[in-house]
Amino acid sequence: MSETTSTAAPEKVRVRLTVNGTSHDLLVEPRTLLADLLRGDLGLTGTHLGCEQGVCGSCTVLVDGTATRSCLVFAAQLDGATVRTVESLGGVDGSLHPIQRAFHENHGLQCGFCTPGMLMGTCELLERTTEPDPDDVREALGGNLCRCTGYQNIVKSVCAAGRALAAERNGAQV
Amino acid sequence: MSTVEDRPTTATTGSPREGERRWVGRSVPRKEDPKLLAGRATFVGDVTLPGMLHGAVLRSPHAHARIVSIDTSAAEAIPGVAAVLTGAQAAELVNPMPAFCAEPVPQTAVAIERVRYPGEAVAIVAATDRYIAEDACAAIRVEYEVLPAVVDPEAAMAPDATRIHETLDSNVAFHRTLDFGDVEGDLARAHTVVRTRARWHRMGAQPMETAGAVASWDPFDKSMTVYSNSNFHNFLPWAFAGMLGVSTNRLRMIPCAVGGSFGSKHFITKVLAIAGALSKATGRPVQYLEDRVDNIAANDNVGCDRIYDAELALAEDGEMLGLTLRIIDDYGAYFQFAHGQHGNAMAQPTGPYRISSLRYDVSCVLTNKVQQGFFRGAGADPGNFVLERLVDKAAEQLGIDRAEIRRRNFIRPDQFPFKTPPGNVYDSGNYAAVLDKALELAGIDDWRAEQERLRAEGRYLGIGLATCQERTGYNASEWWFLYDNPPLPATSTPESVKMDVDAMGGVRVEVGCPLWGNSPETVVSQVVAEEFGIDPADVSVTYADSTTGAMSAGPGGSRLTIMLSGATRGAARTIRDKMIRIAAHAMEMDPADVECVDGTFRAKGAPGTSMSMADIGMRAHLFFHDTPEDESSGLVAVHTYDHPYSTPPSADRKDMGAFYPMVSHACHIPIVEVDPETGVVTLRAYYAVNDCGTVMNPTLVEGQIVGGIVQGIGAALMEEYRYGEDGALDTPTFREYLVPSMHEVPEIVVEHLETPSPFTEYGVKGAGEGGRLVAPTAIASAVDDALKPLGVWVDELPMTPERVVGMVTDAREGRP
Repeated sequence: MSETTSTAAPEKVRVRLTVNGTSHDLLVEPRTLLADLLRGDLGLTGTHLGCEQGVCGSCTVLVDGTATRSCLVFAAQLDGATVRTVESLGGVDGSLHPIQRAFHENHGLQCGFCTPGMLMGTCELLERTTEPDPDDVREALGGNLCRCTGYQNIVKSVCAAGRALAAERNGAQV
Repeated sequence: MSTVEDRPTTATTGSPREGERRWVGRSVPRKEDPKLLAGRATFVGDVTLPGMLHGAVLRSPHAHARIVSIDTSAAEAIPGVAAVLTGAQAAELVNPMPAFCAEPVPQTAVAIERVRYPGEAVAIVAATDRYIAEDACAAIRVEYEVLPAVVDPEAAMAPDATRIHETLDSNVAFHRTLDFGDVEGDLARAHTVVRTRARWHRMGAQPMETAGAVASWDPFDKSMTVYSNSNFHNFLPWAFAGMLGVSTNRLRMIPCAVGGSFGSKHFITKVLAIAGALSKATGRPVQYLEDRVDNIAANDNVGCDRIYDAELALAEDGEMLGLTLRIIDDYGAYFQFAHGQHGNAMAQPTGPYRISSLRYDVSCVLTNKVQQGFFRGAGADPGNFVLERLVDKAAEQLGIDRAEIRRRNFIRPDQFPFKTPPGNVYDSGNYAAVLDKALELAGIDDWRAEQERLRAEGRYLGIGLATCQERTGYNASEWWFLYDNPPLPATSTPESVKMDVDAMGGVRVEVGCPLWGNSPETVVSQVVAEEFGIDPADVSVTYADSTTGAMSAGPGGSRLTIMLSGATRGAARTIRDKMIRIAAHAMEMDPADVECVDGTFRAKGAPGTSMSMADIGMRAHLFFHDTPEDESSGLVAVHTYDHPYSTPPSADRKDMGAFYPMVSHACHIPIVEVDPETGVVTLRAYYAVNDCGTVMNPTLVEGQIVGGIVQGIGAALMEEYRYGEDGALDTPTFREYLVPSMHEVPEIVVEHLETPSPFTEYGVKGAGEGGRLVAPTAIASAVDDALKPLGVWVDELPMTPERVVGMVTDAREGRP
């Protein structure tokens, strides 16, 4: 058997990033995935890992506003980045964000495992398309898998969230 | 022998009539949602304990091989690695996995000496983090002597086939022929016998969350605490304790939120054994979470894998006489859960029809593939596929409209309760009404016109139709009742809740089941609200660990709403009656004159005098001397609800007894368009009419049905475990094993008919599996209808593009 197996851990990398409004100054191993940094070191377990190869979308978070599969990004790539996870949506008092509320009101979740990824993908979509129609939703979230709902109510939820947020904005302008 | 006269007296006696119900039947918002939406539910991957290590598994790349040697020294030398265990070493710490009534096919969580399927565990590691644990797996050196892989189940049956287990004298782990009714007579008197050879390939549940466990061994009091996403922590904890080498009263299993199961996480014995062995080896808590490859390759994810030779005997007018099913089922390398899926299929093999005889001939065959577990449908899914295909074929051959042939053969509403040839009883139904409603909902004439129009353009639109049963409220007797020996009695597969009303009138319910993606908190709250007249939002529901001692089999076999309704209502009635007695004592009245309305206890018809829940709660808790004589303090009830109607099989197995008698029914009409050149099947629309008795919560039931239909679309068109000739698994990730995405799903319209069950509280039946039990065969019928001009007959699922092109080519070239 080989006696030359390298056991020396590679040097850690300094990463300064902001997660859900809190700034962090961290030393991470080069191979640490963003998902594992969030779930492990930062204790933000709302981001879920379904496949660890970028197919299912459960681990979707926003990196500088862009929906990103946190299982495919190294934390070391993110020096200076701003990350948002599902934990940023609701209030500390348990109040729900309008997107979460729309999923609740339209039965857009069952087991809830894929839901954080769906919610963060929705955040990105609604930044770009204020009142998406079902085709817009399928285009944006078609790569996020859900095994429970059959998707129909997720599509409905996202459309409803768009309407709710638009109404909120319009109301604020009046 | 059981008769339908053995059935229980109507359970709904004394229940409020439908119009009087306030909470049962309403789309109460789901109580489980907020914590899931916030990312704050605790899944097993979210559990961390002080000093916790992380497990990983080295898996066999070969389907069948002898393990010549394993060298773990390099792995052990990696900093952070706490333990590396081979199968032999793990076997010193934990016992073989429990064989649930199976023939003696020994199985350990980590292979010893020989691997029998691709992905079987060869060694396991615990390390300070998962990355290091996986490094260690990569550093383990295994020398294999590759053996011939047995892949084809029919070839596996040959006497000279390579043996999967040397302890068995054949790869046929189980064979039995059961005749019910006059099978030979019905075949002889038939005008027409339609036949099909049908193939249902193996598919898997593929929940978005994999299976996992955190095991923590305490070497001082020899106890173990296990967090997991198993469903059976309150049903079979004693079996898990035996496997983990812990005395049954020193195992504490704590349920976590579960990211979907669809049948695959009932047991998760491998995961429990791996985490348990690593914790014992290291003296530290160990978390083992399957990754996706672990889950697809090695979990108990896989459903039926069957070849059917089936015959339906009919009279000239289309009357269905008898059914024969000869089934070869590829069980993979182990037989841990025995032939339960065939016991299950005994619930409804003759469907909604008056078929008077049945021959069921089953061979359970071992091959070099991962073992079967359970997947939504659990054996009745291919049964529905084959029966409905035969019915369509009979309609074709006899020149009878396919809706009409069904109508002629449906069990009529006045024939319930109806005893089927194998003995199971159907409680209630109105199948013709469901069919009529579905035809109307689909606007079938408009679609026929559209089909004509498109055909003129050379396009192929198809209209599917299937009318199927959904047996609900399972009874675990099905796991063993195909065996005569040992002659195990029938079980009742109970469900328990513990309820209390505190001194301030607050209602709390502890359920024995886990949160598996369904809605136990909402259902329990609706029932409590119904019984006390309070707001469901005010009811607190928590999840019990395995130390409460209250039996619960949890979700599965579309049972949970039935069983939780029974358990919760039972507990609520016990407590409510005691509160009525206390209130009557306080108000100096006869208990018979006191009623509970809107959360208050008052003189019947005289709202002026009343006591609140809190008034009575405080008395019951603190003021024993002010309560009636013979009443103890407190307001606590544990209610265990046994299966409402089960009877044992007869000794000669001519009658399997009633075991699955709450039978829902559905008619599905999918509309597809097929491109015969590319083989692509596109769903254009989908209509479903469902009768699951009293609908507890319409929004949630529709969610189950739509979710099940989409899994059925996967079963019909995409999902399949594929193996190479050498036995290699060609579909180990979501890149190869395709599940439906948003793009494959049409608009699905669901409507209900409600025929209450006479056997259950409120008349509810189950609704968890119906979508997937009906959709595959309905879509097969639609593809058939689309390609009828080309002479295609669908008898194999899934209808992947390759298979559709193959069918079209075969039909064009005149091959059968």
